[in-house]
Amino acid sequence: MRAPDQPIREGVTSPGAFAVSAHDISLTFQTADGEVEALSNIDLDIAEGDFVSFIGPSGCGKTTLLRVIADLERPTAGTILINGVTSEQARVQRHYGYIFQAPALYPWRTIERNVMLPLEIMGFDAAERRRRVEQYLKLVNLSGFERKYPWQLSGGMQQRASIARALSFEPALLLMDEPFGALDEIVRDHLNEQLLRLWNQTGKTVVFVTHSIPEAVFLSTKIVVMSPRPGRIIDVISCNFPRDRTLEIRETPEFLKIAQRVRSGLRSGHSYDE
Amino acid sequence: MTRSTFSAARPAGIRWHPTFVRFVPVVVIVLVLIAVWYVAAVLMNLNLVRGAFERDDTPYTTGQLIAGTMRAERPLLPAPHQIVQTFAEDVFGWPVTSPRSLVYHGWVTLSATFVGFLLGATFGIVLAVLIVHVRTLQKSLLPWIICSQMVPILAVAPIVIVVLGAIGLRGLLPKAIISAYLCFFPVVIGVVKGLTSPDPIQGDLMRTWSATPAQIFWKLRWPSAVPFLFASLKVSITISLIGAIVAELPTGAQAGIGARLLAGSYYGQMIQIWAALVAASVLAVGLIGVVSLIERWVAQLMGARS
Repeated sequence: MRAPDQPIREGVTSPGAFAVSAHDISLTFQTADGEVEALSNIDLDIAEGDFVSFIGPSGCGKTTLLRVIADLERPTAGTILINGVTSEQARVQRHYGYIFQAPALYPWRTIERNVMLPLEIMGFDAAERRRRVEQYLKLVNLSGFERKYPWQLSGGMQQRASIARALSFEPALLLMDEPFGALDEIVRDHLNEQLLRLWNQTGKTVVFVTHSIPEAVFLSTKIVVMSPRPGRIIDVISCNFPRDRTLEIRETPEFLKIAQRVRSGLRSGHSYDE
Repeated sequence: MTRSTFSAARPAGIRWHPTFVRFVPVVVIVLVLIAVWYVAAVLMNLNLVRGAFERDDTPYTTGQLIAGTMRAERPLLPAPHQIVQTFAEDVFGWPVTSPRSLVYHGWVTLSATFVGFLLGATFGIVLAVLIVHVRTLQKSLLPWIICSQMVPILAVAPIVIVVLGAIGLRGLLPKAIISAYLCFFPVVIGVVKGLTSPDPIQGDLMRTWSATPAQIFWKLRWPSAVPFLFASLKVSITISLIGAIVAELPTGAQAGIGARLLAGSYYGQMIQIWAALVAASVLAVGLIGVVSLIERWVAQLMGARS
C-alpha cells in the first residue's frame, strides 16, 4: 500500500496501479435550457489506499464526478478506469460501495435486513450474510439495533447503518457523496473520527465529496479543489497528517495552512464568474 | 396532604369519558338525520294517507293522519323504523337458502363481487407492472384504460351479459366480469404510482449493486407499491360491489341485491328497496373493514410506525 503522503501523479496512465484513473473527462448535460458543461477536461489519478476529498461550491461537478466514477453517469468524452477496468465493468463486478447524502435505508426492512440487502442481491449464502451483518454492524457501533426499523434510529445512526451496508460486500473502493452533510456538527465530528479509524483499519480507498473545508482537511490524504461552470479541477493538495490523526490536529498551524490553501483555491475558482 | 392537593388541582367541571366524547358528535348527527327523515316521511306520505281516508269516506283526525304516514304499506318515503323492521325480517325471518331472505340475495351479490374483485385487482396489477416496465405501453395503453372508465357502465352491462349469455356464460361470471371492468381502474392508477414511487437514490443504489431487473422489482418497487395498492383496493372493492349490483339490473336477474332493487321498483315496494340498500351498505362497510384489517396487518409486517 502506498504511503498516504505520496503525491497524486497527474496525467500518468498505468492502469492497475490506481484505484481511479480518469483522463480528460468531460460531461455535457442536455437540458431544456440548452447544454450544461458539468465537467471539463478532468485528469485525476487516485492511488490505492488514498483518502481523496472533492471540495468545491455547489454546482462545481464534484458529485457528478463521483457519479462518473460509479458509472451512474457516462462521460461525453475521455476515459476512466477503476482498478484497471472500465467504470461499467467495475460497477457490474461490484468494485465499489456508494454512500449517498441520505441514508436511503428501505423503511420496510429492519437494520440487519437493510445491511443484508446487497448481500442478498449478490447471492451470498445465509450463514455468510448473517456473519457479515454482525461484523459490520459491530464495526459501525450498531450492535443491538439489528431488529429496529430505520425510523426508530437517529439520523447519524441511520447513516452509520448505510455505511455498514456499503462495507458489507467488502468493496476495495468507497465512494461517499456528502455522507455527513445533513448531520449536526457534533455527530459529524464523531462520525469523521469513526470513518478515519475504519479507513485506517481496512486499508480501503475512499473518495469523499464535501463542501466543508475542515472536514476535507481533517480526513484526506489528498484534497481536490474544484470550481464551477464548467466543473474542473483547480488544485490538488496533499495532506500528510498521520493516519491515526485525532480531532486535535485541527488546532495545529499546519492544518490551518492547508485549510487556508483550500480556501484561497475555492476563492480563485469563484472569481471566474463574477 | 397529597390527597387534598390533588383534589384542589382537579378542575371544577365534570370529566367525560374519552370514548363518550369521541362518539357524541357522530351520535348527534345521526339523531338529527333521523329526525329530519321522520319529518320528511310525514310530509311525503301525507297526501297518500289522506287520499286513502277520503276514498273510504272515513273521518280522520290529524293525529290519525300522522300515525298513518308512519305505517303506510306502500309509502313514498318509508319511516326509518319500517326499514329497520323489514331489513331485520328479511335477514333473520327466513332460512338463508330461501329466495325471500336478504342473506341469500346478499350472498349471491357478494360472491360475484369477490370473483370480480379478484379478477379486477389481478388484471389491474398486471397492467400496472406492464405499464411501468414497457415504455411504449405507457403511451399506448393508458389512454384506453382511461377511456374505458368514461363509458357508462349501465350501457355496457347489458351488452356484456347478452353477448356472454349467447355463448353460454350465465350467472356469476358475467356479473364478475362487469364488476372487474369497473374495479381494475383504481388499482392500475395506484400501483403505477406506487411502483414509480421509490426515491431515485434507492434506484441508484440498486444500480451500484448491479441488481437484475427482477431483483429491483421484488426488493424495491413492489414493497414500495404496497401502501398505494391498499389505498386503491379500498376504493376498488366498493366499486366492485356496485358493479355486481349494476350487473344484476339489466337482465332482471332472479337473485342478488340488484334483483331485489329491481323487483322493489316494479311493484312499488319502497320499503324493500330501502332494505336492499341497507344490505348493500352493510356489505360495503364490511368489505372495506376486511381490506383495512389486512392492510393494517401487512403494514405491521412491513415495520410501519404504529
